[in-house]
Amino acid sequence: MEEKYKYIRKKYLTWGIFPLLLIFLLFVAFSLSLTIGEIDISVFELPEIIGKKGDSVIYSILNKIRIPRTILGLAVGGGLSLSGVILQGIYRNPLVEPYTLGISGGAALGVALVIVFGLNHMIGNFMLPLAGFIGSLIAIILVYSLSLRNGKIQIQNMLLIGVMISFIVSSAMMFLMSITTAENLHGIVFWTMGSLDEPDMTLIYGTFWASVAGLLISYLFVKPLNAMRLGETKARHLGINTEASIRILFVIASLLTGICVAVAGVIGFVGLIIPHLIRLTVGSDFRVLLISSFLGGGAFLIFSDLLARTVIAPNELPIGVITGIIGGTIFVIVLSRTRMKLN
Amino acid sequence: MLQIEKLKCGYGKKFHISDISFRVNKGGFTGIIGPNGSGKTTLFRGITGELETEKGRILLDGKDAKILSQKERAQSMAIVTQEIENANITVEDYVLMGRMPYRSTFQFFENKKDFSIANKYLKLTDIYKLKHKFMYQLSGGEKQLAAIARALTQEPKLLLLDEPTSHLDITHQVQVLNLIQRLNTELGLTVLMIIHDLNLAGEYCDHLVLMNDGKIHLSGRPEEVLNYQTIEEVYNTVVITKTNPLSKKPVVFLVSGNVLNQKK
Repeated sequence: MEEKYKYIRKKYLTWGIFPLLLIFLLFVAFSLSLTIGEIDISVFELPEIIGKKGDSVIYSILNKIRIPRTILGLAVGGGLSLSGVILQGIYRNPLVEPYTLGISGGAALGVALVIVFGLNHMIGNFMLPLAGFIGSLIAIILVYSLSLRNGKIQIQNMLLIGVMISFIVSSAMMFLMSITTAENLHGIVFWTMGSLDEPDMTLIYGTFWASVAGLLISYLFVKPLNAMRLGETKARHLGINTEASIRILFVIASLLTGICVAVAGVIGFVGLIIPHLIRLTVGSDFRVLLISSFLGGGAFLIFSDLLARTVIAPNELPIGVITGIIGGTIFVIVLSRTRMKLN
Repeated sequence: MLQIEKLKCGYGKKFHISDISFRVNKGGFTGIIGPNGSGKTTLFRGITGELETEKGRILLDGKDAKILSQKERAQSMAIVTQEIENANITVEDYVLMGRMPYRSTFQFFENKKDFSIANKYLKLTDIYKLKHKFMYQLSGGEKQLAAIARALTQEPKLLLLDEPTSHLDITHQVQVLNLIQRLNTELGLTVLMIIHDLNLAGEYCDHLVLMNDGKIHLSGRPEEVLNYQTIEEVYNTVVITKTNPLSKKPVVFLVSGNVLNQKK
């Protein structure tokens, strides 16, 4: 075979094998997450227990606690990581993450308001994710509409406006926290630290399908994302409608973040670290980057959650502590060892 | 090929060019020259569609550019800017991007035709051996050759270049311009190029459009445009013009302040 085809085949082969490896990693994460806990189950018993169903204790632990929690881990980890990789692509800025634009701040403020006014006790616990989602939606709409000039999106302005809104919102949060009771304060802080402990199945599966839908839709924009690696102007020269692509991608990424934050709280670093690690391993082509970030983010969060709930069992660490310490450390080590350029 | 009729465009109230009319014939090699701030780049951005046409119209191959989609535009004209590409992307992937205007949303991978076209132009621009290197590893001249290869991979009818040689030394200037000249004469590609250097403009272009103050000052063959009266008027500088003994093209000489004072 000619030399040129060998190289192309090698590239496409890497693109095929890498996501497969991540699927395998995800499979391992799933198995560990399902088997390790207060009651350990052997991996080999898993198929039997799940197949038999019934009402054994082990089956209900799996069915009601561990499986939903693991699925939520995949959905949130995958969703945040995907959202991070998309935002880094449209802003051409490696430091942007899903929370940079004030989406998490908006959600946290919504939740804090609900807790401070006791709405979760008065109306019901579903108020927390609802307020989180509404808060993030308001933040998204604010950032989006303030960045419009003459009907066109000013992408660099948008970043700045997002950061500013983030600051304003977190100051408002601090204000609320300083005037409320110690009990409410604890509730707010606990929520902000993030957790995959979510009892509502509808929310869990809703988040899962939203993440998968986000992944599928983002693949329709893989060409614009790739072209924008050269910048907006050059992408337009290549026949890309950058305006429309940026708008839609922004909406996908921020809605996905909003949903994840509303359900699982603020889990930092996933949206920043995973896309970078993936980029360092397989390169910056979005055709492989999107799926790999999604799978990698999911596996990473499931592992983090596993650590968070086993390290000081029976107590649980906030998952953000694990993603920050472990993820951040791995990232710094890998980065200092590779000399590749980030962008 | 490209016909511009009474074009007016610009940046709101700040600056605009107006009453621009000229045409670039099929197979022509036209240069746009003029002092800084004369509106060359504004005109260029008007033609590429970056700036909205406020008045007049632009005809591409007889069709109003306004009704063309972004994709159709990219299929008929390719653009090389002066800005040098530093992305973390291999030369081959970069050149393959030129096939984007031909790929549908659901075609995720390049096909054989895309690869063979990209390879053809990688060879033509003499950077085939660099194709597995990253863009940021290339020299300035090589990057510009890669940008031209990418533009050619779009298989355009019209090649637009915005000062493609402004960051290059004369070896690479001549290398890049010789390549463009070859594309023009051998492949019949129509070329429209902004170029600062009057001597390079006179040597390579067969038609020049001289811009001044947002309007066309003069348009014609190089020897008609590059005469000392016109240049002194537009550039406000004393020059001497002669003819290159070999190519018979006009050459412009500058006169320094000291020499000028001595003569007075």
